[in-house]
Amino acid sequence: MDIIVFGLLLGGTYALMALGLQLQYGVARIMNLANGEMLVAGAFGAFWFYTGTKLSPFLSILFVVPLAFAVNWAIYRVLLQPLVKRAKSHGQLEVDAILATFGMSFILVGLMLAFFGGRTFEYLYLAEPVEILGERYGLNRIAAFLASAALCVVLAVWLNRTRLGLSLRAVAVNPSAAGLVGINVSRASALAFALGGAVTAAGGAMISAFLTMDASLGVLFTMKALIIVILGGVSDIRGTILAAFILGLAETAVASLIDPGLTLAAAYLLFILILLIRPQGLFGRRTT
Amino acid sequence: MLRRTVLGIAALSLGASLLGAGPTSAAEVKIGAVAPKTGPLAAGSAVTHWPNIKLWVTQVNAAGGLKLKSGRAKIKLIEYDDRTNPGETIKAVQRLATQDKADFVLAPYGTGFNLAVAPLFAKYGYPQLTSTAITDKIPALTKRYPNIFFLLGDTTNFTNAVVDILKKMRTDGKIGSRIAMVNVADAFGIELANAARPVFKKAGFKIVYDKSYPLGTQDLSPVVNGAKAAKPDAFVAWSYPPDTFGLTEQAKIAGLNTKAFYTAVATAFPAFGGKFGKAAEGILGAGGINPDTPAMKAYIAAHKKVTGKAPDSWASPVMYASLQILQQAIEGVGSTDRKAVVAYIKSHTFDTVVGPMKFKNQNNTKFWTVGQWQGGTYYGVASTGRPGAKPVKLKPNW
Repeated sequence: MDIIVFGLLLGGTYALMALGLQLQYGVARIMNLANGEMLVAGAFGAFWFYTGTKLSPFLSILFVVPLAFAVNWAIYRVLLQPLVKRAKSHGQLEVDAILATFGMSFILVGLMLAFFGGRTFEYLYLAEPVEILGERYGLNRIAAFLASAALCVVLAVWLNRTRLGLSLRAVAVNPSAAGLVGINVSRASALAFALGGAVTAAGGAMISAFLTMDASLGVLFTMKALIIVILGGVSDIRGTILAAFILGLAETAVASLIDPGLTLAAAYLLFILILLIRPQGLFGRRTT
Repeated sequence: MLRRTVLGIAALSLGASLLGAGPTSAAEVKIGAVAPKTGPLAAGSAVTHWPNIKLWVTQVNAAGGLKLKSGRAKIKLIEYDDRTNPGETIKAVQRLATQDKADFVLAPYGTGFNLAVAPLFAKYGYPQLTSTAITDKIPALTKRYPNIFFLLGDTTNFTNAVVDILKKMRTDGKIGSRIAMVNVADAFGIELANAARPVFKKAGFKIVYDKSYPLGTQDLSPVVNGAKAAKPDAFVAWSYPPDTFGLTEQAKIAGLNTKAFYTAVATAFPAFGGKFGKAAEGILGAGGINPDTPAMKAYIAAHKKVTGKAPDSWASPVMYASLQILQQAIEGVGSTDRKAVVAYIKSHTFDTVVGPMKFKNQNNTKFWTVGQWQGGTYYGVASTGRPGAKPVKLKPNW
């Protein structure tokens, strides 16, 4: 029982960070390998905010999100848009974007190392037990889960109910057709990329409440987000959320029932299985 | 591969900027240092390793430099980050020896890393004063490498001290025989766990939970929950810094209440007391100090002044002692003749911050094994011949 609750709590936080990558990959068509670094940067922001002000680290998203949005917007406009314009095909853009963001991840890691050094950083926030169904859970996990869930809901409603959200979804389905019906594809892509970065950074701020972080951990989260996005299907937000829960449950179950050392192996196994059995993802459509 | 190249360039440029910095004085002694500045062990070395080097170099250079026969010589420090990767440590030591032509290279941080570079140190004749290596292979290693020295102690004494404390608690009727033991899957954790298992069994303890987790595991709640489900009387973790914090936090959340709660490396860190505050009371950890000696008080004050933070209460002073020994040996010989310095270290007694130190077969046999948080301070509670141990207290519930 506690495995399920722990898995769900972990999955909820994973969902937020994976949604960031999903927006960037699904809409802006950028496979952002520096996604994890943005998450760590968000975590740094929360750490800074909390140790500086002693207010709830969750409040830090008030400045982490706009800042990450602005930075990612700039990154897209300066670094990635030239690639989009140059790319002759979707495949070429994918390769170029992977290489560019791969390089970017080193720059970001280097910057964070310069600012924070190599030490791990952590803070104790809401490390109080809460009883659910007779088991004890950390309040910080539950708070992070609730905050992540709230952000996911806001994002989902925005994507499904607003005109701007609709245009983003249209670009996700078919960028050239979206252009034909009068959507500014380049702006929508920049928006999706910036939003994705902001959401990921918010996820980092949440996760830092209960996980020890250091500057070089980003790649681990990029990998997890990648698995979730592929598992859930590239263009569907529901699939991403479901996949995040599956990964959270799988990791917790393996760590509790088999061995804590095998969580990473479990994630990879899941990845391989989905690539073999259903490469388009849970909710994805088969490519023609 | 790409990652390696990029970071390699970064390391090179860092090295170059260090080399280029400042006017070169007439006489200087080049001292190389390599340890993690990034990666899972960076947290530990940022507390125990690097600040002591900074403190020592600052102090020596402020006093005019090392006293050689040819006059004073300032220390020029060359630093490399091994990114918690033994392969990088080896490369850096090689580079320090051949490219930078360092007169001395300081022993790296961590057990596995020191073992990895021991052949290189031996090849170039550098004295390797290890202050963060714990192993039971000391007799074999010192026989093979004539220039390696062990300051921190050996595995058996560390595990035996923990078992002895638990045995006494059981004899006093405070705890039962059920032990939950976890370890980090790294040279250090594996060796301690392997050494502890038979000793616990021989002493009549029952290991009801026995799991390892990889270095850098972030989510330790499954480990702690598993241990709690086994209903132990004592919790023992052969852990490294990030997991020591993670395990303790999870144990507090899960309400894993045991009269004896032991986490290994980093329990003695000031950040541990800082993070857990009153909840740290009664937690046992690896190593210790006697914080009340004048030498230790002066050291802690100087450490705070130069590096801006407090040293840890175990390996920090031992690391500093290794630098004191190196300095006393270089000055005793009066030159950077490495062979003579190694011989000097073998044959002399040194006055250090942790007390007088004399090597017996290249091994320091008097060291702290267990400490405990008592009233906001971390005190040594068990040692192999260092005076000033406090009696062990039972851990209150969280």
